[in-house]
Amino acid sequence: MKEKAIHVMLTALALTAITALAVITAFIFKEGVPIIVKVGIKDFILSSEWHPLEGEFGIFPMIVGSLAVTVGAVMISFSFGLGCAVLLTQFCPPRLVAVIKPSVELLAGIPSVTYGFIGVVILVPFIRDYLGGPGLSVLASSIVLGVMALPTITSISVDALQAVPRSYREGSIALGATEWQTTHRVILKAARSGIVAAVILGMGRAIGETMATIMVAGNTADVPHSILDPVRTLTSNIALEMGYSAGDHRKALFATGVVLFIIIMILNSIALVVSRHRVRRGPAR
Amino acid sequence: MKWFIILGVLVLIVVFLGFGWGGTRGVAINVVGSTSIQPFAEMLAQEFNSQHPDSAVEVQGGGSTAGVMAVGIGIAEIGMCSRMLTKEEAETFTAVTIARDGLAVVVHPSNPVDSLSLAQVKSLFEGQVTNWKDVGGLDRPVRIISREEGSGTREAFTKMVMRKARISRKALTQESNGSVKELAKHDPCAIGYMSLGLVGDELKAVRIEGVPAVEAEVQSGHYPLVRPFLFITKGPPVPGAQQFIDFVLSPLGQRMLAKEGLVGAR
Repeated sequence: MKEKAIHVMLTALALTAITALAVITAFIFKEGVPIIVKVGIKDFILSSEWHPLEGEFGIFPMIVGSLAVTVGAVMISFSFGLGCAVLLTQFCPPRLVAVIKPSVELLAGIPSVTYGFIGVVILVPFIRDYLGGPGLSVLASSIVLGVMALPTITSISVDALQAVPRSYREGSIALGATEWQTTHRVILKAARSGIVAAVILGMGRAIGETMATIMVAGNTADVPHSILDPVRTLTSNIALEMGYSAGDHRKALFATGVVLFIIIMILNSIALVVSRHRVRRGPAR
Repeated sequence: MKWFIILGVLVLIVVFLGFGWGGTRGVAINVVGSTSIQPFAEMLAQEFNSQHPDSAVEVQGGGSTAGVMAVGIGIAEIGMCSRMLTKEEAETFTAVTIARDGLAVVVHPSNPVDSLSLAQVKSLFEGQVTNWKDVGGLDRPVRIISREEGSGTREAFTKMVMRKARISRKALTQESNGSVKELAKHDPCAIGYMSLGLVGDELKAVRIEGVPAVEAEVQSGHYPLVRPFLFITKGPPVPGAQQFIDFVLSPLGQRMLAKEGLVGAR
């Protein structure tokens, strides 16, 4: 009786979460799709003219912006995050791990406004003074988002590396490989699918972040030509203009959300396929 | 298990009681809209509420257009709008001008440019003039700082300066007067626009058509960039809202606004 009641309760709770997801998806599409159809999907996605009050809705610059910033962020957080994970799992004495790991994880607890603020006050003037341009740029937002995605990528990579059976390592060392050869050729290869998952989740963190990007990206509705140019992402386009929008403008922002949703779905699906493929092929080698 | 159920019921009771109490307070007047007017309205509301303990005027931001929408669907009694109403809006809503505000064109204090004509401001924001030396400044690129589409300040600026032209696509876009200020005060190449009352000491407001951007010139009508601060209602205001509007237009209310750097409605 008690077992059953708990079972039913948990099922209901789980279904609520899924229902919420379904309702949100349905709502975004219901609000956003009509305007995409009205403007024409080609014009909406490929036009660079964003003048919502005059009925011109082209979000190409924002799509490019989101992708540029995300790629930059992942490049930064992947190199640092993976390096950190390898150090923590392979080369580091446990006492140091006990200090480094929690500090990296602590980064995840800092609110995004704080990241944005630090970016505006320290990073942006630095870029403006030493590299040129307005400072608010693809580079600034990539760095800020890269740091924000660092804990995600590090901790998932650490889990993946720790999941590699000890026997792989011992076997490799027994065959005469050095520690670095073991790490590089055996452990990293075995943990590949987990590391890919880490990158995807880090990407999700970067592409979805809004507040910090608004503060450091400059929000120019134009396609960036260098990493020192300002940029507007899909998320900041929605957040910037939501409060003021009405009518078609508001719907176009929902449509921006639809595009973001689809991009994230595509990224996740590609990544899922890639990581599964590799897992299956892995043991055969 | 039992404890779970008891706990759940308790939580529900508390939640419902909470809602119940929330609803039984005195007449709440919601004032929603422009973030440019918000700080002034908050100050007025505080004074009004202390004079009338039975009423509760609550001020929220959200933007001019959000304010108009909120009044339209009836979730706010008064909307704050820092631009002229559009033709369609003017048919549906009644507007009262509570004050006037100058729009300042601001540059970094180190910028030697002191004065610009309206045509020069327009071509700077249009992106046609891209170097400060073309308007009498140093040989530096021009960095335009604008506000997001739909902002009342942006609409007022577009209407008065840009007219049919568009603000350059290369303009940096910031989401509040505060962040325009933050950006412009650190960037020697910057040019932006904001509410005159909020300029402060760290930025330089240039003279427009030779007229200095100061309150006295807004008052006298010489300064060319002036926009109204509107309170809008749908149809005649409800009694509580009317009382608040009357208070804002009273000599005391107008004096408070003048002290904060705005120019009276009349």
